[in-house]
Amino acid sequence: MGRPIITVEGLGKKYLLSHQRREPYTALRDVMAEKAKGLGRRLVRPFSGTRSPFSDSSLEEFWALRDVSFEVAPGDRVGIIGRNGAGKSTLLKILSRITEPTEGRVHLRGRVASLLEVGTGFHPELTGRENIFLNGAVLGMTKVEIRKKFDEIVDFAEVEKFLDTPVKRYSSGMYVRLAFAVAAHLEPEILVVDEVLAVGDAAFQRKCLGKMEDVASQEGRTVLFVSHNMAAIQTLCQRAIWLDAGKVEQNRESEPVINAYGKHLQTANGFSATLRSLDGNIEIEQIRLMDGNDQNTSVYSPGSPITVEIRYHAKRPVHRPYIWIGIRSQFGSLFGANMLMDGVRPEVLEGRGTIRCTFHSLPLLPNQIYRVMFGGREADGLSLLFKATEVTHLIVAGSAEEMGLKGEHADSIMGQSAPVLLPYTWELPDGRTVSVNPFQQVQK
Amino acid sequence: MGHKDLTAASESTQFDLVIEPGRSFRHYWRDLWQYRELFYFLSWRDILVRYKQTAIGVAWGILRPLLTMIVFTVIFGYLAKLPSEGVPYPILVFAAMLPWQFFSGSLTECSNSFITNANMLTKIYFPRLIVPASAVIVNLVDFLISFVILGALMAWYRFVPSWRVLTLPVFLGMAFLASFGLGLLLATLNVKYRDFRYVVPFIVQFGLYISPVGFSSSVVPGKWRLLYSINPMVGVIDGFRWAILGGNSHIYWPGFLLSAVLTLMIFLFAVRYFRAAERKFADII
Repeated sequence: MGRPIITVEGLGKKYLLSHQRREPYTALRDVMAEKAKGLGRRLVRPFSGTRSPFSDSSLEEFWALRDVSFEVAPGDRVGIIGRNGAGKSTLLKILSRITEPTEGRVHLRGRVASLLEVGTGFHPELTGRENIFLNGAVLGMTKVEIRKKFDEIVDFAEVEKFLDTPVKRYSSGMYVRLAFAVAAHLEPEILVVDEVLAVGDAAFQRKCLGKMEDVASQEGRTVLFVSHNMAAIQTLCQRAIWLDAGKVEQNRESEPVINAYGKHLQTANGFSATLRSLDGNIEIEQIRLMDGNDQNTSVYSPGSPITVEIRYHAKRPVHRPYIWIGIRSQFGSLFGANMLMDGVRPEVLEGRGTIRCTFHSLPLLPNQIYRVMFGGREADGLSLLFKATEVTHLIVAGSAEEMGLKGEHADSIMGQSAPVLLPYTWELPDGRTVSVNPFQQVQK
Repeated sequence: MGHKDLTAASESTQFDLVIEPGRSFRHYWRDLWQYRELFYFLSWRDILVRYKQTAIGVAWGILRPLLTMIVFTVIFGYLAKLPSEGVPYPILVFAAMLPWQFFSGSLTECSNSFITNANMLTKIYFPRLIVPASAVIVNLVDFLISFVILGALMAWYRFVPSWRVLTLPVFLGMAFLASFGLGLLLATLNVKYRDFRYVVPFIVQFGLYISPVGFSSSVVPGKWRLLYSINPMVGVIDGFRWAILGGNSHIYWPGFLLSAVLTLMIFLFAVRYFRAAERKFADII
């Protein structure tokens, strides 16, 4: 196997979380006010100790990564999986030198190109042609390289006709295609890709995966690939690293890792990294999804009921807060339950407890991933209590056949169609009237 | 498969990077050189966007200095009747407008540059110095437009510059250092303390009054001139006048040297401060 191209030893990254401040940056006026307060205190009680205004309890350490070690051989394709908040993005950010580790070291023996987001540096006012050059440069290509690959990029993105149109007039699909096309034609020794394939339609996703496979197998490049899409990881990667709470849980061939991770999700599905309200008073300890039999799972059949269970711990009583839950797909928000709208509110949250919300039927198409969002506001309905956060995701599994959908390409279209399907009726010129009620079929 | 391993191995011998806490990358300045194309593209993007978005982009670039010049000429030249170093007052004012507008424009955009490009800073690695530098470069375009106006103005007054005009790049370089140094410092502070964005408009407005834009610095009493030159823009503007106005304009060399040294010191301090803060940018921006 020779020398590893990436060696990671004892890597750790610590963040300081603040309970009082709501933004990571400070205002100088606050710093000066704190200093003045401290000075005042010292003048009044000169011997009461010299606590710095910033070492108090409002700051808490949080290790996004701790003691992470692994090696990657040249030409390997490694998938990185784990739940939200497990440290995947932090790891990629350290590898791509965007942020610095707190401890440990990384040894890279090849140039890294990272694609943490599609279209970084794109400017909406500029044309497709101009953005190809700009984005190429942002990703580390030289002008000569971009020129050489220009036609290939345009071909891959299928945007020839719109090359001289500002990208603000592009459809979101075109935008993503162009952005990925530029990135796909990079020629680094190590390619680091975050979950960028979650956007774009299914056909293009397949094309991108194919391209990444080519990049790795034919050109011998090393690929690190973060995704929630286990099928994509399984086809693309020989090995997988499963991160959990900032530590390496497993690191070996991708299939057993994915299986183990899947099992883990089934049993401990939900959000476990603690989510804290902006005022620090409430901790959300867990958010779980459960099926009609109160079984914890992330896989649902179309039309089945789903319950979202929120376990909280209120350190101080919080009166009449507003909570909302939303379901999103790649197309945006689909539906949700919002106390700001229905007016149902808990009188007080105190100590530990649970809030449950059941949707009686999921009118969602299979073969797509749905994300569960969570947020909240204080009693006034205006101040944020919880920022909108993606807490977990669910998969709807099923086939067109069992839903009674008879279209020839139904299965492949489902993955990229508007995901909510409601009952409807066709009335045709030949006098036929056909009702389609797909979710009735599978409800047992 | 065998030969692929070989190529991979030979490629990787060219590149070897260790990432460790507290280790400022050894090849920082070499990296900067390698990323010069990104620098070029970012500047190009900003220029393109600026003149695309405002339909009257170029007209605006002409109108702004021209109107300011007229107001200053009327107030200082005709109403206050200040001396004009023996050249037409509009030319005296315009020779100072050139560096001043470059300085104020650069400072404003430079100090906001990290915030406006926050998305790039958190998603991609590149030497961050490129961002504020390209913000300054964009203002060179406005400078060139203004320079053409100055040429027209000189032709109108049949004013012929001397050989000294050839030294102009030196003073332009000084204006660049002054605006980039101060801009970089404010941009870095701005990442951590967001209220620095309120400081910049104040500096720009205040600076216009305490810099010799509307009048010649020769009206400042002799004993105060060295003190006056603590403002780096005094040296820059005096230099511009000396180069453009030719024979009649005299430069106060001790003051000029003081300005130049201070400019350089601010610049070096800003780079050091920035280098220390840079590593935490992605975490707090």
